[in-house]
Amino acid sequence: MGGYILRRLLSAVPVLLGITVIVFLIMALIPGDPATAILGSYATPENVARINRELGLDAPLWRQYLIWLGNMLQGDFGQSFALNRPVLDEVLERFGATLILAGTAFVLCSLLGVIAGTISAANQYGWADKAITFTVLLGISIPSFFLGMMMILLFAVRLRWFPVSGMWPIYGARDAAALISHLAMPAIALAVVATGVIARLSRSALLEVLRQDFIRTARAKGVHERSVIWRHALRAAMVSILPVLGIQAGFVLSGAVYIEIVFQWPGIGRMLVDAILRRDILLVQGGVIVVAACYVFFNIIVDVAQSLLDPRIRT
Amino acid sequence: MSIGHLTRRSLLAAGTALTMALGAPAFAQTPPGVLVVGQIAEPKALDPAAVTAVNDFRILMNVYDGLVRYKDGTLEVEPALATDWEISEDGTEYTFTLREGVTFHDGSSFDAEAVKFNFDRMLDESHPYYDTGPFPLSFFFSAIEEVEVVDPTTVKFVLNEPYAPFLSNLAYPTGLIVSPAAVEEHGSEFGRNPSGTGPFKFAEWRPNEAVVVEANPDYWDGAPQLEAVVFRPITDASTRTAEMLAGGIDLMVEVPPVALSQFEGESYQLHEQAGPHLWFLILNAKEGPFADKLVRQAANYAIDKEAIVNEVLEGTAEVAAGPTPPAFAWAYNEDLEPYPYDPEKARELIAEAGAEGAELTFYVTEGGSGMLDPVAMGTAIQADLEAVGFDVTIETYEWNTFLGEVNPGLEGKADMAEMAWMTNDPDTLPFLALRSEAFPDQGGFNSGYYSNPKVDELLEQARRATDQEERARLYKEMQEIVHEDAPWVFVANWKQNAVTNDRVENFDLQPSFFLLLDDVAKN
Repeated sequence: MGGYILRRLLSAVPVLLGITVIVFLIMALIPGDPATAILGSYATPENVARINRELGLDAPLWRQYLIWLGNMLQGDFGQSFALNRPVLDEVLERFGATLILAGTAFVLCSLLGVIAGTISAANQYGWADKAITFTVLLGISIPSFFLGMMMILLFAVRLRWFPVSGMWPIYGARDAAALISHLAMPAIALAVVATGVIARLSRSALLEVLRQDFIRTARAKGVHERSVIWRHALRAAMVSILPVLGIQAGFVLSGAVYIEIVFQWPGIGRMLVDAILRRDILLVQGGVIVVAACYVFFNIIVDVAQSLLDPRIRT
Repeated sequence: MSIGHLTRRSLLAAGTALTMALGAPAFAQTPPGVLVVGQIAEPKALDPAAVTAVNDFRILMNVYDGLVRYKDGTLEVEPALATDWEISEDGTEYTFTLREGVTFHDGSSFDAEAVKFNFDRMLDESHPYYDTGPFPLSFFFSAIEEVEVVDPTTVKFVLNEPYAPFLSNLAYPTGLIVSPAAVEEHGSEFGRNPSGTGPFKFAEWRPNEAVVVEANPDYWDGAPQLEAVVFRPITDASTRTAEMLAGGIDLMVEVPPVALSQFEGESYQLHEQAGPHLWFLILNAKEGPFADKLVRQAANYAIDKEAIVNEVLEGTAEVAAGPTPPAFAWAYNEDLEPYPYDPEKARELIAEAGAEGAELTFYVTEGGSGMLDPVAMGTAIQADLEAVGFDVTIETYEWNTFLGEVNPGLEGKADMAEMAWMTNDPDTLPFLALRSEAFPDQGGFNSGYYSNPKVDELLEQARRATDQEERARLYKEMQEIVHEDAPWVFVANWKQNAVTNDRVENFDLQPSFFLLLDDVAKN
């Protein structure tokens, strides 16, 4: 087992190295440089050369890459040009905010999606099924950023139930209540589409199961219908629902960028967009590396977990 | 029935509870005496020498002072940390008398040594704190040969050549004076631990959330009315508008034109102020149809600037007449009239030049500082030019890429390109973008290769003149010639706007586009 984990960890090394090369090359090859972004209208060749020299960008590319990689291996991701603070601080803070948002949305869409799909399947072609199907279609069809703006207009501007934007109140305590009030709208807006997808797929997964013999047996021996659906059928259907949840988790995480812009959520998606527009090379590279490393290690953890359940995978 | 009742009642109760639990505490109104400003982005640093963005300047101008500043409502300099100054006959020595008894927020005192420290830090590569840079706009002061401390309250700047914009550059944020003691203490972290002499002192910076500054009760020009100002970065303009409508901010800058109608009525006040901004089209005067002056003039006649300003920009800009924005009141030539919208005249000129049906390549940017609504404006311009018989092809670029295409010059690539500049002195834009010696291969921004020896001479003279009236005369003559030669299509001067709610008093926008809050009050 230990050997397997070690092998998997070692195999991550070339992947991560490859990512550093790709992200470095992309940032080096796109037109426009940080000096131009900093100087704007004042970007004379002379000024650009001066700023690039002071930022260390006049060295040959291979040397810039090695210096960057060397520093990173020692835990130094460098300083953001545009924000003038350490890249790693900014990236970790922002990534944390994204995880809170996407995590909440994921819990919401998993619970609501599975429940709605189950109710829908249990009442196939009944009014509840039709109502849920209609709502779900509507939810899938609305772009999340548009829904977010509409929610802001209604719940923040008109009704003033929730704050418009941000993660924390400007004054007052930073407690759970404050976080929830800021988190509610963006998390819901982000969860809506995924909820719809999960509901649709849960419905068909459940319908599939409901046609099987053991369900008929359960009903025949007099098990209460509620118990048939929620205990017997849903448990069996979860086998095909779970992979969908996995896919939707990634979808929610990547969809967070629109929501972060609309709700001014200080997450990593918005950070990367801003950083790319400002040609904030080190911040883009650092951000991508951290996110990519998380995906790689998440995959390793999943593989290891699977191998614990199924010894055949280990070989 | 009874179940239905129960459900409805419990729903109502749950709704009320939710409102009370979530709604009430978190978004009560902003507290009195504290002004919450909706900014357009997270600031880079609060070190005036290290930043370039108007967004950062809005905070800095309230934390620091310069030796001089712009007189309220104008772009003319008046004393600030310097009470008086003398300029030598040949225009190369500026001697300032400094205000006495001023201290920085960190308690250290302001004197001639502090002034010298500030400029040496930016300009002298061997200065121990030069590495707290880079200082992108330090070339504003590249004319400085040496800063001499005459005595604690007198400082002398020796310039390597006469340079008339020097005083107004000192009033620019890059010339704001920072505390040497604070730079020595924090080094490269000074930008997050700023200390100046201004009406507000730095209190707190919560990344991506807010920068908080508090009143400086000992301010030499009188303590401010407000207790504190909170600058919140809200990048998305629609979200910023929603925050203003929901009461989450008291003052919003850069209201998008389409959102202006939201703020009509009693509870809001809309502020507008034309600034030193010019939106124009660079025409390639070296090759192609625009090498002919008549065709350049034709383009100026063909484009309906009124429509662009009123329809596309919803009245957030004014039609520009020439290369110098009217905000430079003292240097602006009042006799200049914008080219009228006259497609007939344009067609005549095109026919006279034999340029009917010419194909034009037009560089358009997707966004960028001061570019307003470049895609929509570019499309309107394309339609106007096609109406008089040109065949216009638009090429659109992202801002940084766009600068990389335009700044090296349009030769061999395009006939025209959008551009906008915001400057602090009437010298800057024409000197950098209209002289023969400012062609791109000489490090300037004359991307359209306009060249007129008379204009070159006037601009050189204006830079050497120390008398403001003499400078004004030279600039006015320059504007007349450039207007006639039409190296650019003069399109618009942007009016900066802001909205305040009805709790904010004494707020005015400045032509400099700086946000000055020391007289503002809020109940």
